Amino acid sequence: MPELERHSFDVLVIGAGGAGLRAAIEAREHGLRTAVLCKSLFGKAHTVMAEGGIAAAMGNVNSSDSWQVHFRDTMRGGKFLNNWRMAELHAQEAPQRVWELETYGALFDRTKDGRISQRNFGGHEYPRLAHVGDRTGLELIRTLQQKIVSLQQEDFKETGDYEHRLRVFQEFTVTDLVKDGDRIAGAFGYWRESGRFVLFEAPAVILATGGIGKSFKVTSNSWEYTGDGHALALRAGASLINMEFIQFHPTGMVWPPSVKGILVTESVRGDGGVLRNSDGKRFMFDYIPEVFKDKYADNEEEADRWYTDQAGNRRPPELLPRDEVARAINSEVKEGRGSPHGGVFLDVSTRLPAEEIRRRLPSMHHQFKELADVDITAQPMEVGPTCHYVMGGVEVDPDTGSSSVPGLYAAGEVSGGMHGSNRLGGNSLSDLLVFGRRAGAGAAEYVRGLSDRPAIAEEAVTEARATALKPFQQEGGENPYTLHMELQQSMNDLVGIIRRAEEMDEALQRLEKLKERARSLSVEGHQQFNPGWHLALDLRNMLLVSECVARAALLRTESRGGHTRDDHPSMDAEWRRKLLVCAVSGDGVEVVEKPQIPIRSDLLDLFDRSELEKYLTAEELA
Amino acid sequence: MSYQGKFRVWRGDDSGGGLEDFTVEVNEGEVVLDIIHRLQATQAPDLAVRWNCKAGKCGSCSAEVNGRPRLLCMTRMSIFEEAETITVTPMRTFPIIRDLVTDVSFNYTKAREVPSFQPPKDLAPGEYRMQQVDVERSQEFRKCIECFLCQNTCHVVRDHEENKEAFSGPRFLMRVAELEMHPLDTADRVDQAQDDHGLGYCNITKCCSEVCPEHIHITDNALIPMKERVADRKYDPIVWLGNKLFRRS
Repeated sequence: MPELERHSFDVLVIGAGGAGLRAAIEAREHGLRTAVLCKSLFGKAHTVMAEGGIAAAMGNVNSSDSWQVHFRDTMRGGKFLNNWRMAELHAQEAPQRVWELETYGALFDRTKDGRISQRNFGGHEYPRLAHVGDRTGLELIRTLQQKIVSLQQEDFKETGDYEHRLRVFQEFTVTDLVKDGDRIAGAFGYWRESGRFVLFEAPAVILATGGIGKSFKVTSNSWEYTGDGHALALRAGASLINMEFIQFHPTGMVWPPSVKGILVTESVRGDGGVLRNSDGKRFMFDYIPEVFKDKYADNEEEADRWYTDQAGNRRPPELLPRDEVARAINSEVKEGRGSPHGGVFLDVSTRLPAEEIRRRLPSMHHQFKELADVDITAQPMEVGPTCHYVMGGVEVDPDTGSSSVPGLYAAGEVSGGMHGSNRLGGNSLSDLLVFGRRAGAGAAEYVRGLSDRPAIAEEAVTEARATALKPFQQEGGENPYTLHMELQQSMNDLVGIIRRAEEMDEALQRLEKLKERARSLSVEGHQQFNPGWHLALDLRNMLLVSECVARAALLRTESRGGHTRDDHPSMDAEWRRKLLVCAVSGDGVEVVEKPQIPIRSDLLDLFDRSELEKYLTAEELA
Repeated sequence: MSYQGKFRVWRGDDSGGGLEDFTVEVNEGEVVLDIIHRLQATQAPDLAVRWNCKAGKCGSCSAEVNGRPRLLCMTRMSIFEEAETITVTPMRTFPIIRDLVTDVSFNYTKAREVPSFQPPKDLAPGEYRMQQVDVERSQEFRKCIECFLCQNTCHVVRDHEENKEAFSGPRFLMRVAELEMHPLDTADRVDQAQDDHGLGYCNITKCCSEVCPEHIHITDNALIPMKERVADRKYDPIVWLGNKLFRRS
């Protein structure tokens, strides 16, 4: 057996997207030796795919905006299931986090008076999204990456070693967390390139691994999104909440087949784009739910006036929260009014001059031109729902990002609670920054307060190694690619955008069989850069997390945000008071109900009573 | 609409390797990366390829298709004839790890050598004021997805290992230009570009701009303006004379 590579750090950050990098910066600025472990190259994380912007109530475009308005919008978007404390911290701190990016070198689009420009987005009452054209995620990643480099340059000046306090291990996958008794002691994983194993000893681990979209067939997510952090947390004894809530982004590409699911930014609609069915009708006017009737225009004239006069008009219904728009598109297609390739039409070509479209939506213009032969300045796009984001994740303390396992933290998409049952566009990038920073600080404080460092037992290492090598030791077993395709098909068909009890039962049965077959996975070749082996290991995580989604979705007998039950179509105020908590039990998952934390009264006072009546029980209102 | 396409894919590692022939199904609307994935799923499960977003936004799947540096996810199969044999090889300028995956650490080393953004010390967060027209110049360069195709194609280093130490390549010379043109950066980047990053090696053949998947005008908008600033500083006869007389340099 080759000797195991070992490293020791104060804080390990798993994942190098927005949350991971912001957490790492914070831990390093607290003086701790910090390592970032990421599956891809440094700077390639899925955050680059975010297009529209970062929501922050800076009030640069409309000075009526404030954190209170942002908080309200976030709670409405999540149908009041959000962890109110997270929504509060998020709305309060987002502007500081955006301004801080400018000090790192970010260059946002500007207003006429030279401040950061802000754009409209679904569910946000005022123009609120700081952006750079439609490539805001790239700007965020590059800025944080460059900040990390600048911290490394400082360390180099001081110590002669760039990696003295902050080191990035890229193309590295963590397969297991290691504990000492109840608390975190480190992590075990492999180098993608060589397949060699590494043990990290560290008293604190911050999960920032993003989402779970690769368990679904049609998704905007990349290969990295296999629910690693969700599964690592579960196996380490932490719990997940809200796993039944999955956001299907209303506008993904539907053609050609090879790009099906790739995101079409909501900014297309924020900047004036409209949705039409095959009859040419702007169908969203037919889908405004009761709770939003006073905020959204019911006729085209008013909706169009809103773009220039927001005070005197209601918003166009194309800008309803994502869950509403996704369901509407789904019904139009189902009723035979879809586009040739099974979507609907998203048209900006008749709404803005070609030059303006190229300026505001350059990467959409490029993406459609190159991948679908469609010129969006002259033709409509064909779009349909795509699995985009999981609202559920590790149950954390809002202020510090701490899970129930001492030393284990989570931030960004892998954490749960902030977005309730549905996330507003633009609230993801701000979430990454606000809670990435908080988790970095939380972990730093935890490490500082320790009287002794945890130790790692050799048995734990032997076991982690054996688990990782298992697929090589079985011959003639299942092909991981086949299993993955079957999993994606099952989740897509049976636990997708519209759900029914029988189908979810069926999904759980299929998951049991897939789990059984996954025990005999076998892979060819050797450990060096072997994608078949990587997939075999990722499948373990996807299966565990998919079971959480299916079990929680089956239990929640109501429709709310990113969870739509055909057999329970209405929202139920009693269910708003309940969280479904997933934990590992045997080789499966157990889901239990837990009361939701009541909203603090001064925050409740931000809403009209008539609005609260739509969401809260009579008992809560009394 | 599908057909059996002929592919030659480079397979091997740092000890050597060669082109291997494959025949594989190609469907309407697919890109080269789809074909590589189909090979992995059906014929060569351990074929190594780096990829991520599959939408031309992350810059991971850089390789050479029929000798031309390209993103595999943005190279549509419809640009080839059905009967054509398509050759996929790794980027040539960087050391091979395995199959289509190369060691791109050269780029991360160079990135570290560019001094970071230096804002004015007395400017608090939230007080930054810049005009759109002034940020647009640097914004163009920040569209870079770091696919490193420009680094790969640049003849200064493509077949000249010996130049790698002194030359940062188009991507990082452009980064220097980006900071130089940032309205609020206070550092002086002109001498750095020439002395530390090897701007003088560039003889503006524009190969970098030609392969850029983001269509950034690397040569015209970053490298040439930097060369002009260097020329103004270093080679302007009056400045030269002034420097000599007053020993400013």
